[in-house]
Amino acid sequence: MTLPVTAEVEHAIRSAAPQALGVLVRRYGGFDACEDAVQEALLAASQQWPRDGVPDNPTGWLVRVAARRWVETARGEIARRRREQAAAALAPPEPAPVPGTDDTLALLLMCCHPSLNPISQVALTLRAVGGLTTAEIARALLVPVSTVGQRISRAKQRIRAHGAEFRMPPPDELPQRMVSVRHVLYLIFNEGHTASSGPALQRVELAREAIRLTRQLRRLAPGDGEVAGLLALMLLTDARRPARAGPDGQLIPLAEQDRRRWDRAAIAEGVALISNTLPHAALGPFQVQAAIAAVHDEAARAEDTDWPQVLGLYDVLDRLAPGPMVTLNRIVALAMVHGARIGLERLAAAEHDPALAEHHRLEAVRAHLLDLAGEHEAARDHYRRAARRTLSLPERQYLAARAGGRSRSRRDHDRVGAARASRAQGPDVEVAP
Amino acid sequence: MKYLIMIHSNPSVRNLWEEFSDAERFEFGRAHLALTEELVASGELVAGEGLPDPSHSTRVSVRDGRTITSDGPFAESKEHLAGFYLVDCDSRERALEIAARVPDAVYTGVEVRPVLDLSGLDL
Repeated sequence: MTLPVTAEVEHAIRSAAPQALGVLVRRYGGFDACEDAVQEALLAASQQWPRDGVPDNPTGWLVRVAARRWVETARGEIARRRREQAAAALAPPEPAPVPGTDDTLALLLMCCHPSLNPISQVALTLRAVGGLTTAEIARALLVPVSTVGQRISRAKQRIRAHGAEFRMPPPDELPQRMVSVRHVLYLIFNEGHTASSGPALQRVELAREAIRLTRQLRRLAPGDGEVAGLLALMLLTDARRPARAGPDGQLIPLAEQDRRRWDRAAIAEGVALISNTLPHAALGPFQVQAAIAAVHDEAARAEDTDWPQVLGLYDVLDRLAPGPMVTLNRIVALAMVHGARIGLERLAAAEHDPALAEHHRLEAVRAHLLDLAGEHEAARDHYRRAARRTLSLPERQYLAARAGGRSRSRRDHDRVGAARASRAQGPDVEVAP
Repeated sequence: MKYLIMIHSNPSVRNLWEEFSDAERFEFGRAHLALTEELVASGELVAGEGLPDPSHSTRVSVRDGRTITSDGPFAESKEHLAGFYLVDCDSRERALEIAARVPDAVYTGVEVRPVLDLSGLDL
């Protein structure tokens, strides 16, 4: 009988996984086979630990089981070669002493190797560093198990082909390599965020997993301001999760969220983290986005939002990492500070940029600004267009409701009506660039 | 990001198919298989199928809790869905690149549309 994996067991397995993999790769070399062996050890642990309890030394247990699997596979491989080539026997390599170092950072860097594309980096990171099984990753990413399996084996082939070594890159390469590590963690977080209203019962929470991994990374790279910024951004964004969807999964925009439901502890941690980081670190886009999230999270009511500060931060972000989303968000902030008319004028001017003209959120911003300007009839028209152009299901329902295209249930109508009466602004169209 | 690559069929495509030699038909099928294999190997294929003629369709509707099925014939529509690839890839550019490899793109054209996700306005 298989007992359910408790949170305690899951935590033990997942935190020991990268360490065990590090030890194995150091012993035997060959990331590919070692990763397979550790994956089998993790599966064994998820069956045995709920029954027998978590061992005193979880990493040691995983290393022992994984090493046994590795040797078995290696022997099978040798036997196969003998049969095929009648070649001389290869003795299994002698285990080297286990170093007391934490290899998690080296592992992360390897999983986010520049020779891999982002979908493979995400899958490999979740398996090798996150200690998730292929099936769990597939459920979380809403793709078939075979698809994830392929991504992982393809990624390992590429790593092998590129001769990527399991060690820290030279100092001059490290900053660039860290960029892709942060990007992958951010992708994992977003993946969790975009799918957060799905059937979550059986699924690993990717947003939470991204936060866990970024916390680890922060411990390993305490001087990296952008890692701190990324962690703060995740905490400050995830803090709003309890309030961002209604009982039926319908979208509740920032301005209409019940802020009492926000996670205060996460907000406090995120605010402290970004406040301590900004004065010391080299400025980067994640820090600025975290600072913007902090301004929103610190406002007790939507109408208390310090919009001039949000606008100033978007000016900075626009210089550091320009893009269509930054332009749109900056225009919303501009409208909140200087009035909806100014915002609409700026939007009309910005639209000449083809990247923006085709952006799926352009009409949503225009509709929102028209609403603010009191042009409700025109706003409805643009909400309708926005609903057609969006790429998100809850967003489409929300925009269609604003367009009056579909009547909401009586209950929703009353609730939103009450919230709207007391609000100062519409949806905060704040999505990372 | 997931994208649906849709292969539509219409009378002119069907005429073209009629005029194909056996060798051309074989090559066409082989190109589909090769693309499928490549997408499986790259871990980008979520699903992909070909569909028979709409004469095989059954229409299902529920009225007052009762399921009603009808086997047609339906109003003759000029164009119908003849097959699809559902891919999960890094970017729209990559999805378009895959679409250009669908053999039908050479003769008619295929349609690429993103799949709706569950993201929200406020992140």
